[in-house]
Amino acid sequence: MNTKDIVYIALFAALIAVLGVFPPITVPVIGVPITAQSMGVMLAGALAGAKRGGLAVVLFLLLVAVGLPLLSGGRGGVGVFFGASAGFLFAYPLAAVIIGSLFERNATLPTWPVAFAYVTLGGILFLYAIGIPWIAVVANIPLSKAAIGSIAYIPGDLIKAGLTVAITLGVRRAYPAH
Amino acid sequence: MHDLYRPGNSLFHRMHAGHKVLCLVFAGSTIFLVSNLITLIAALVMITFCYRLAGLSLSDAYQQLRPVVVVLLLILIVQGLIHSWTLGFTVIARFAFLLLAAGLLTLTTRVSDMITTIESNLHWLRPIGVNPGKVSLAISLTLRFIPVMRRVTTEVREAQKVRGLERNLPALAIPVITRMLKMSDDISDALDARGYDPH
Repeated sequence: MNTKDIVYIALFAALIAVLGVFPPITVPVIGVPITAQSMGVMLAGALAGAKRGGLAVVLFLLLVAVGLPLLSGGRGGVGVFFGASAGFLFAYPLAAVIIGSLFERNATLPTWPVAFAYVTLGGILFLYAIGIPWIAVVANIPLSKAAIGSIAYIPGDLIKAGLTVAITLGVRRAYPAH
Repeated sequence: MHDLYRPGNSLFHRMHAGHKVLCLVFAGSTIFLVSNLITLIAALVMITFCYRLAGLSLSDAYQQLRPVVVVLLLILIVQGLIHSWTLGFTVIARFAFLLLAAGLLTLTTRVSDMITTIESNLHWLRPIGVNPGKVSLAISLTLRFIPVMRRVTTEVREAQKVRGLERNLPALAIPVITRMLKMSDDISDALDARGYDPH
């Protein structure tokens, strides 16, 4: 791992943390607050790549675990990894790795729909595939009940995936990877 | 940066951070072997008593549970309706115990002590390719990057406000991230130019 890897890992860990201070936006119709933080995970994968992005998320979670209130809503400490929805947190690093490897498949920038598919696959489908069964197992409730509780978050996540694509393509045009 | 630490001089405050983590791991694993509701409630009373020992108030203990109260109640109701109410209370008592125990660690341990403990134990991970020096650098850089990125965000937001773009997230995020990437490249060039190579 070279110096640039380390600096990028730190940068994207910081980006995820900074996105946590944005106040949650409440979606008008369904009334579920959406936070910008999971967008940081998507951006880490899309912009920093699989290895750097994944390790950036791990570093971010480590700083949360040692007690910095970096999760949205000022939460932090080891306790957040014991909650019912901790599966989403544990899946974050791999979500960034998946998004990163998908983006790294192409030598050039993917088109908008392709990029959106990549982000949705890693940042929504994969996260839910880990997070929902996790709730079902640790809370000892049926999978269907756990899934129903998570449906309300999907519109917000789709918006975040769209914003991630817009930001990723914009940044890559302004400052190509090297 | 402020953390969740509450200053104090109790037994828990004076305990070594690494020992506290080990105690938490032990308590957290043991609690899953307990399925008797009475024993779990006894454990809950005990951990709440530990909050008093650490000079913390009952409201501090409740603050640890507050973000998940709704979820815990939902779990209790679903459990109660599907299986039995005893099982429901068992599941949420276990959750509450874990959250309170973890909260006690966080409230009585400085972030700097936790980071020092992690750094001094990183050499255990050398066999799987972890370089302790590099992890330390990444941790310090992240803590430094957070305020810098907040400042850059404020600057860019003011500039975009003039253009009427302050509510456009990509118009804010793209310049901020681009500037931060440029800064990161400069930092890594500067580190390399000084022959940075930790072992």
